[in-house]
Amino acid sequence: MVPVTPLLKAERVSREYRLGEAVIRAVNEVSLTVQKGEFLALLGSSGSGKSTLLSLLAGFDRPTSGAIRLRDRNLSELNAEELARYRRDTVGMVFQSFNLLPRMTLEENVELPLRLAEIDRQARAARVEEALARVGLAPRKRHRPSELSGGEQQRGALARALVNRPEILFADEPTGNLDSTNGEQILLLLREIQDSLGMTVVMVTHERPLAEKFANRIALLSDGRLISNGVPG
Amino acid sequence: MKTRDLSELAVRNLREAVLRNSLTTLGVAVGVASLVAMLSLGVGLQTLASQRLTRSGLFDAIFVVSQHTFQGPRRAQAPDSSPKKEARVLDDAAWHQLTQLANVKEVYPQIRFITDVRFGGKSLSTSVLGLPDSSKSSGAFEGMTGKYFSSSGADEAILHVEFGKELADPPSSLIGKDLTLRYAERSSLPQTAAAYSSFLSDMMSGSIPSGLAITPREKTLRIVGIIESDPSAGFGGFGGARVFLPLQTAEQLHVAQPNDLQAIISAGASGATYTALTVRVRSPKDVPQIEAEIKKLGFSTFSLLDATKSLRLVFTVFDLFLGLFGSLALTVASLGIINTLVMAILERRREIGILKALGATDRDVRSLFFAEAGAMGLFGGIFGVALGWLIGSALTWGTTIYLRRQDLPGVKISYVPWWLALGATGFAIVVSLVAGLYPASRAARLNPVDALRYE
Repeated sequence: MVPVTPLLKAERVSREYRLGEAVIRAVNEVSLTVQKGEFLALLGSSGSGKSTLLSLLAGFDRPTSGAIRLRDRNLSELNAEELARYRRDTVGMVFQSFNLLPRMTLEENVELPLRLAEIDRQARAARVEEALARVGLAPRKRHRPSELSGGEQQRGALARALVNRPEILFADEPTGNLDSTNGEQILLLLREIQDSLGMTVVMVTHERPLAEKFANRIALLSDGRLISNGVPG
Repeated sequence: MKTRDLSELAVRNLREAVLRNSLTTLGVAVGVASLVAMLSLGVGLQTLASQRLTRSGLFDAIFVVSQHTFQGPRRAQAPDSSPKKEARVLDDAAWHQLTQLANVKEVYPQIRFITDVRFGGKSLSTSVLGLPDSSKSSGAFEGMTGKYFSSSGADEAILHVEFGKELADPPSSLIGKDLTLRYAERSSLPQTAAAYSSFLSDMMSGSIPSGLAITPREKTLRIVGIIESDPSAGFGGFGGARVFLPLQTAEQLHVAQPNDLQAIISAGASGATYTALTVRVRSPKDVPQIEAEIKKLGFSTFSLLDATKSLRLVFTVFDLFLGLFGSLALTVASLGIINTLVMAILERRREIGILKALGATDRDVRSLFFAEAGAMGLFGGIFGVALGWLIGSALTWGTTIYLRRQDLPGVKISYVPWWLALGATGFAIVVSLVAGLYPASRAARLNPVDALRYE
């Protein structure tokens, strides 16, 4: 049972890009509420604006118009430093292409958000160990990303996203670069994390079956607009 | 991000592109090395010149003469407006008084006279000078043939090589042989002569309380050394001498000086008087003050302090130009740093995006690039100082070999003082940080979405 406490709210959010004379509206007046503890899937075809909306919700980008509120805080009004702190302390992010730093070992990659958050060295080691254990990669911690399979890399990225104990976990096509088995394992893991930690998960996907199987709610986007928003099935 | 974490990440990043970063760091090192080598040359030459000139006694010496016998060039340039004191004679009392002045190291008379030198049937007229013990450390005797005087009162002589050539060929064959000086000895006038003086007094309508007698004498001295340079400039006043004696030996000869008669006539001194006294002070900076005090005592003075100031000016300009040329190489090296870091931004665009997505602030990213630039500056600076020192040492080594082939003593022409080593390293870091300003701020401004999209 998902509690109904609003955590993140998009209010008539738009994001425009200029390409010469043309203005492209990637997200067009989308209003959406993310409830605390829910697993929300942003579903849509390529170019529907779902990844752009995710970037806005995760504080990677600012909307051209509209507001995004975390509880009562408008992210659009935060300065660059405050927005960075929001990404660091409130948000965990998993990307389609894993985005682990190839020069670092898995352990060092997972430790990176803790370095940025200026967590003490002693506390870091335990938290890294805990995050890696949660995704089942503790024995591979000394390996570099190139020495891991795609599924392992994505689990490593998930450990990195979790290590700062964020309130919201954003995942942008987390299964996009994985085969179906590994993709399903990652989503099971996301679901397990949501259930055990009570974490809010917002996932972008273009695979309806996966969204319907794992998400509590699906928001369907097309051409930058929110088409539907409801419980799957 | 904490400084330690920042440093670790910076070093890790530098290690990853080890070849390119090493070459950039080497560029900084070469720039710093050229700067250090040039400035060390300037500092070394300045130190060498200062040491030589200080040891020569030119710049810590004040030449004191009676106002009867010498009007210093300073007086001519800047007339003394103070009331004129009565001219004083340079006698033992004056000597003692000068010795008592603060910061005076030693006072000794300038004993210089023209004499006949007899050796092996030859008789040559030449100038003889008494040298104080302190002249031994002047550097003029480095590389001399033979040795310095065995004691301050020894019956020994050192000859200038040109004079030696007139006596024997080769001049070194003179060492251990004796020569004879024939000179005019000054002594008190006997009683009967005093009566004659009284007669002179009447003739000149003046009062002459005493007089002196001149007697021809001979003195045999052992030749102990042959010298190529002239040690007399600072220690004995001006004008070259060709035969040098220990000062005490020269004093004991009581050679008649040109001022003897004048002193008797004009001031009535009864004891020994001196043509000039040399006052050596503890430091060249004491010269102006002591010179003023001596003038107040009623003597004329002359020093070469102005020449020291000019010398410092020349070396300051010299150092400035050497530094400018050295800095040019460092400027070129800083362009290398800018290039390396700008390339790093392009290559690490995605990494910057990841860092920002994970919560790195603009300041974190900027600091990271700064730290990398600073690290290249630090390592380049340290390596450059070492390289510059090596270049300087090689120059010294080469110069020493060349000088030794010319039968001259070796000299240290390059010197890297601690302030130059620290300053050059600091300068390299500052230049590197300035070079890193643009790349760092460009990296910090990157939008995470754009950076993550970059492949």
